[in-house]
Amino acid sequence: MTVPTEICYFVAAILFMLSLKWLSSPKTARRANFISMFAMLLAVVPTFVQRVGATTGGALVNNLVIIGGGIAVGSVIGLVSAYRVKMTAMPQMVGLYNGFGGAASLLVAGVEFLYKTQQRLGLSVPESVPVHLSIIIGGVCFTGSMAAFAKLQELITGRPILFKGQHVLNLALLLAAVGLGAVLTMDPLSAWHLPAFIALVAISLLLGWLVVIPIGGADMPVVVSLMNSYSGMAVTTTGFVLRNNVLIIVGSLVGASGLILTNIMCKAMNRSLANVMFGGFGAAPTAAPVAAGAKGAVKEAGVEEAVMVMENASSMIVVPGYGMAVAQAQHAVRELAGLLEKRGVRVRYAIHPVAGRMPGHMNVLLAEANVPYDQLFDIDQINDDFRNTDVVLVVGANDVVNPAAKNTPGSPIYGMPVFNCDEAKAVIVLKRSMNPGFAGIENELFVHPTTMMVFGDAKQTLAKMAGILKGA
Amino acid sequence: MPPEMYWLLVFYVFMLAVAAGVELIAKVPPLLHTPLMSGSNAISGITLVGAIGAAVYASWDANGLLAFAAVALGTINVVGGYAVTDRMLKMFKKKP
Repeated sequence: MTVPTEICYFVAAILFMLSLKWLSSPKTARRANFISMFAMLLAVVPTFVQRVGATTGGALVNNLVIIGGGIAVGSVIGLVSAYRVKMTAMPQMVGLYNGFGGAASLLVAGVEFLYKTQQRLGLSVPESVPVHLSIIIGGVCFTGSMAAFAKLQELITGRPILFKGQHVLNLALLLAAVGLGAVLTMDPLSAWHLPAFIALVAISLLLGWLVVIPIGGADMPVVVSLMNSYSGMAVTTTGFVLRNNVLIIVGSLVGASGLILTNIMCKAMNRSLANVMFGGFGAAPTAAPVAAGAKGAVKEAGVEEAVMVMENASSMIVVPGYGMAVAQAQHAVRELAGLLEKRGVRVRYAIHPVAGRMPGHMNVLLAEANVPYDQLFDIDQINDDFRNTDVVLVVGANDVVNPAAKNTPGSPIYGMPVFNCDEAKAVIVLKRSMNPGFAGIENELFVHPTTMMVFGDAKQTLAKMAGILKGA
Repeated sequence: MPPEMYWLLVFYVFMLAVAAGVELIAKVPPLLHTPLMSGSNAISGITLVGAIGAAVYASWDANGLLAFAAVALGTINVVGGYAVTDRMLKMFKKKP
């Protein structure tokens, strides 16, 4: 390491921290992202110049082709995928990028190990431990993110994939990986170091996949957050391997960020991380207890009736859920809300932390549909206002509006913070059919006396409603 | 510097960075949690710095191929992550 490169790293680390600080307000967030990009250049370009500049002749050509080619290929794939992806598919895209970061950390540690052993240099204990940690964490992050991607993209079932002895197997694999890492640390140059190393990589990759497949699709916000944290930790351990402070600092920031989000997601579901990871939530529809007397009749309403209720309201809260993303209905929601606002209805949006498939998913979709962000409220800000609200419009949300979480002990979601929709004067629920939601739990809100159900595709229903308002 | 001192110093750096991260990120509102996630995800692509270092060891052998893959994957993570974050942040407006 040379002094100018180190100074660049130092400035980059400061800028990364400032960028996270400015990410806390929508006014400065875009600038924060540019600062972060600049900091990245400040870390990458001097590394490139210094490392490649130190080589000559054939080695220089090799380096330019390998590094330059890698950057060119990666940039094209990154840009094309980033501009093509739909906002509704953002959770799986972020999961995919995240997995690639984990894979890169795994490969960096792998090359370090292979090079040092091929050259018979060996690795000291402080060098070896972070290499093997990078392999394990990077490997789990890679295949775990791929499993999350496959679930979100519906390449494999979104339901938990469970089999007997699953958790014992995962524990055994983890212990085997740690054991192999320990053995390789003791004697990195033994005769069988290469097969042992390959086994370590293979076990880490297998473990990531197996840990994520028993987790249901609705719990993906937790998984995506956790994998985000792992990718940060993998960067930190890579920083230990390479004795590079900027990697250690940046990896710690990302690791902390992922852990905080994971914690927020778990709290928003009133479940522990262990329950999310090992609980197999949503595996099969459970016969949940329904509060005595709550099992009333479903009141179905037509589009016209629902419009009349909304038109005559003075305030409305929209509660969006994953169903809105599936139906791509965010623009239709916005159009309807705009027409109602013109008639003097005050429209706000209530966003549950776990609505959608990643933290903040609904906010992004509504922002895409030009909903001003000062109309978006999180649960703590708006939950006491439901009782003063004339009408609540539920678009594709289910568990987050289920009063069972408040008043049915024994329900699988009991204790989870939910919106007080039942306190509003009227509730309109847009829903495809009466099938229970992802977790397979009966929703008491649907049979609540103030609730009217409008069945059909949310996007089409909303368009019909807007059509009536335009015609009137 | 004796190696023990080096590792001690590195752990100080690590500890302080975690503390700073917790303080900074706890202040990000739920509104921006997706951009936070994709933005921090892009930042974690800084492992690219390590990939460039690893590529310098490599020639046209298995290591070269692994290093090439590491650089390419790290770059996808960085470039793609920043690009989607900017796409999202561009959409957040106060007035329609």
